[in-house]
Amino acid sequence: MKPAPFRYVRPSSVDEAISVLAAEGYGAKPLAGGQSLIPTMNFRLAQPAVLVDIDRLDELRGIRDGGGDGATNGLYIGAMTRHSELERSAVVRDRAPLLAEAMPWIAHPQIRNRGTMGGSLAHADPAAELPAVMLALDARIHLRGPAGDRTVQFCDFCTGFFSTALAPDELVTGVEIPPLPAGTGTAFLEISRRQGDFALVGVCAVVTLDAGGVCTRASLTLLSVGDGPVCAKTAEDALRDRTLTPDAVRDAGEAVATIDIDPPADIHASAAYRRQLARVLTARALDTAARRAAGA
Amino acid sequence: MGETLTIRLTVNGKAYDRPVEPRLLLSDFLRHDLHLTGTHVGCEHGVCGACTVLLDGEAVRSCLVFAVQADGAEISTVEGLATPSDGSGIPHPEDADLHPIQAAFRESHGLQCGFCTPGILMTLVPFLEENPDPDEEQIREALSGHLCRCTGYQNIVTAVRLAADRMAT
Repeated sequence: MKPAPFRYVRPSSVDEAISVLAAEGYGAKPLAGGQSLIPTMNFRLAQPAVLVDIDRLDELRGIRDGGGDGATNGLYIGAMTRHSELERSAVVRDRAPLLAEAMPWIAHPQIRNRGTMGGSLAHADPAAELPAVMLALDARIHLRGPAGDRTVQFCDFCTGFFSTALAPDELVTGVEIPPLPAGTGTAFLEISRRQGDFALVGVCAVVTLDAGGVCTRASLTLLSVGDGPVCAKTAEDALRDRTLTPDAVRDAGEAVATIDIDPPADIHASAAYRRQLARVLTARALDTAARRAAGA
Repeated sequence: MGETLTIRLTVNGKAYDRPVEPRLLLSDFLRHDLHLTGTHVGCEHGVCGACTVLLDGEAVRSCLVFAVQADGAEISTVEGLATPSDGSGIPHPEDADLHPIQAAFRESHGLQCGFCTPGILMTLVPFLEENPDPDEEQIREALSGHLCRCTGYQNIVTAVRLAADRMAT
């Protein structure tokens, strides 16, 4: 058998899962959809002593429009909602079109039928689409541990390479995505070697235009160019109070590629190639988001 | 052998009740415990698609599911596609009751060595239910989670289109 032996626990509630995690300490891992954890275990790169199967906890599943569990009138998504459910959801398409646009880029349909949103966010792969989307949409992530519930702004959740603010005895219970301001358009683009492969570079663009077509807020978030999702702050600041002319869009791509990111080189792509992809994809995503904002 | 847990599930409509180690993958459970070796094992980390089966009607990688996670589930494998008339469980090549997708693969030469074929067939069952009239781009996207080293995919695409036409009538 490929994975190392482990003890399997299937709790019937979130609180029971947390008490098992708290009792077992670092040797225990929550098992969500398993689409990243199980391959890692098949390679024996991960050898958890205990797996706590949270995949069947219905209290962690579902998409709720308006209010959710939080203070804003946003979209609430339970952590164990599967990728394929998000992909097919009309509410997600309507309320968080950036998320809907990113879903088909996540691996293959067979993986999306099992993989969960919360699992992907907790795993925090720097090449993953969902952390970048949540950062771009200014989402708040809901966590629960032995001390109770807490929420963390997504920008404070990702702390580094495959690292998050999640404690070993905490679970992600859901995310809350605030509503988009009026006059906002979004776009998601990525390049991978083959359909379904990990992204070489991906870009999320969120653009808000005022009635005169001037950009009041731009958010540019990239994936697969750093330790986690990366906010392109220089480019974002330079776009504020500007009309998104072709020059402004090109300048933003240049600022992203030369100032905001320091991409890694690996067997998939050189750092220089990633910079070039970031330059081109940023300009394209920004242009598309601005057109959508103008029509919104 | 470590601790075992007893799981109950149905595979191709037949109920099973088996003790399994938690680390046993669904792919290995099907092949070694139930002797259903039609589900093939290639990469065992979710890339090649050879081990694709249906779990409660949805295509999944059986190498990325532990058998214990399938407790209570309905599994369909390639062995359940054809309905052999002689009761042997093994469809004869000349048998008329191959599943339309299997028949289309045979006619269009949609396979050569056949290693990737069971997984591809299982992906196509729900795909063609949801997309009864797919265009070539949709077909290629549906096949993107499967690696085939023989065919160059061209004849597989042809077979899917043929199967869609047959199943529409």
